[in-house]
Amino acid sequence: MNAVIKPAPAAAIAPCFPALPIGGLAGTSFRHEHLAAILAEGAQRGFFEVHAENYMGAGGPPHRALEAIRRDHPLSLHGVCMSIGGERPLDQAHLMRFKHLVERYEPALVSEHLAWSTHENTYFNDLLPLPYTAATLARVCDHIDEVQEAIDRPILLENPSTYVAFRESTMSETDFIRAIVRRTGCGLLLDINNVFVSATNHGFSAREYLADFPLSHVGEIHLAGHAEQADDEGTPLLIDSHDGPVADAVWKLYEIVIGQCGPVPTLVEWDSNIPDWPVLKAEAAAAQAILDRCHAILEDRHAAA
Amino acid sequence: MQPHERKPSYAAAFAAPLVDPELETPAIVAGPSGKGAVKRYNVYRNNVTVSLIDALAAVYPAVQRITGRDFFRAMARFHIRATPPTSPLLFEYGRDFPAFIEGYEHAQAMPWLADTARLERAWLDAYHAEDAAPLSAETLAAVAPERLVDLVFIAHPATRIVRAPFSVVTIFAANRSGEEVGRIDASSPEDALITRPDLDVVVRHLPTGGAAFLLNLMTGQSLGEAAASALEASPAFDIVANIAGLIEAGAFAAITFGDA
Repeated sequence: MNAVIKPAPAAAIAPCFPALPIGGLAGTSFRHEHLAAILAEGAQRGFFEVHAENYMGAGGPPHRALEAIRRDHPLSLHGVCMSIGGERPLDQAHLMRFKHLVERYEPALVSEHLAWSTHENTYFNDLLPLPYTAATLARVCDHIDEVQEAIDRPILLENPSTYVAFRESTMSETDFIRAIVRRTGCGLLLDINNVFVSATNHGFSAREYLADFPLSHVGEIHLAGHAEQADDEGTPLLIDSHDGPVADAVWKLYEIVIGQCGPVPTLVEWDSNIPDWPVLKAEAAAAQAILDRCHAILEDRHAAA
Repeated sequence: MQPHERKPSYAAAFAAPLVDPELETPAIVAGPSGKGAVKRYNVYRNNVTVSLIDALAAVYPAVQRITGRDFFRAMARFHIRATPPTSPLLFEYGRDFPAFIEGYEHAQAMPWLADTARLERAWLDAYHAEDAAPLSAETLAAVAPERLVDLVFIAHPATRIVRAPFSVVTIFAANRSGEEVGRIDASSPEDALITRPDLDVVVRHLPTGGAAFLLNLMTGQSLGEAAASALEASPAFDIVANIAGLIEAGAFAAITFGDA
């Protein structure tokens, strides 16, 4: 006899989450240390974004926390480690884990990075840059196709912040990104802090970059803080550190972008030196105020038309 | 095979110096207008090393508390260079760290440090383990007495055992609490049972003979077999108390009966 006697599996039935709209909303990174404060406030206007890899364990408190958050809020699932810009084929086990998370939590937004983090058998835990050439473009597009096929929906691809350029690059970043959108049908996650950081580091104009960016494909915006160092010549080198408030210059660019794109869902990222919940919430509220103002202007225009 | 596969590898050239400080800045990268990129590239080196040290510190907070921050970070840096992660799941990283600590020359004065690390690694594995309802005392009580010897226990997915010739449970508990740690006598052997019946990971000190008994049960021995070997090892071994303790800890998920 081999009958297994055990209690009924209460957790076996996956919870079904409501389809909550994310349009026009500001959100924040979700941090476990904020869980109690967030739940104490009950359902709020806004969304939460999580790094997919933090929820790739089998069970335990991370999933319980994310379920609690997801019940009342739209979710953005942000992949950090797919290595879409890498030279090697995508890690199939990782892709399957990502797919399961998309199925389980039914996020309103799904995004990944134009970067790589794994080569051969080593995972570097950083978003590393790639040259912009016809060859890398083809491979990045193959990888995005593969992800989108696996999860059966388009992703948003995030523009990188970089500290170096590749001598072999033959295309500008905006041309590269525009070609990716055209070939794969993916959307874009525009990280305005990344634009500001890269513009400073490479000596180009952030406004010109944004003017050249395919804004009509932007489905989400990221805002974050950065730190300042210096390069070999002593000129400022900005570090995409996500460890403080959004800089004034980035807020300014954000208002310009929102004026052109309309109220695109906007995330305030804060990944280290994480403040208490009210501080992070206030940063998101500042973004929400800009989104709401834009929304009101659009309403007025509609009314006048 | 894709036609665009065989270009010179930017990733190989960029990756190698990331965790090898002896190597120079890759020649394929530059600053604006062909400017040098030593400090610029070092941002990536720093991101990789610091974030991986932070990842180890997140897995092994008690080890860091014992050694102090500077000692820990120096030791972790050596480990990262020798054994960088192979998985993008950082909560899986550092499985080889306890063995590294055991061989680390500057940690030889702390022979219990590696076992403390093993216990922390088991704690995190239990934290992320699959959810399951633990076996209840009532389910066990409903088994007819004559069938008890054939009973086979199925371990809860979170259950782990760490056996140590040092006071590893005491050291772990003291250094994972927020409180001040006094002097600890590290010399008495302690076996740890790690469980997570619901949300909280619990670390317990197993009684003498308890670890061998539970290990036998976890490998599929029947209660009769496991009890016999436990009693053989120590006639004073208390089967009933041990089973009760394991049930209370949530060490099992289910029971079944062998092929008998």
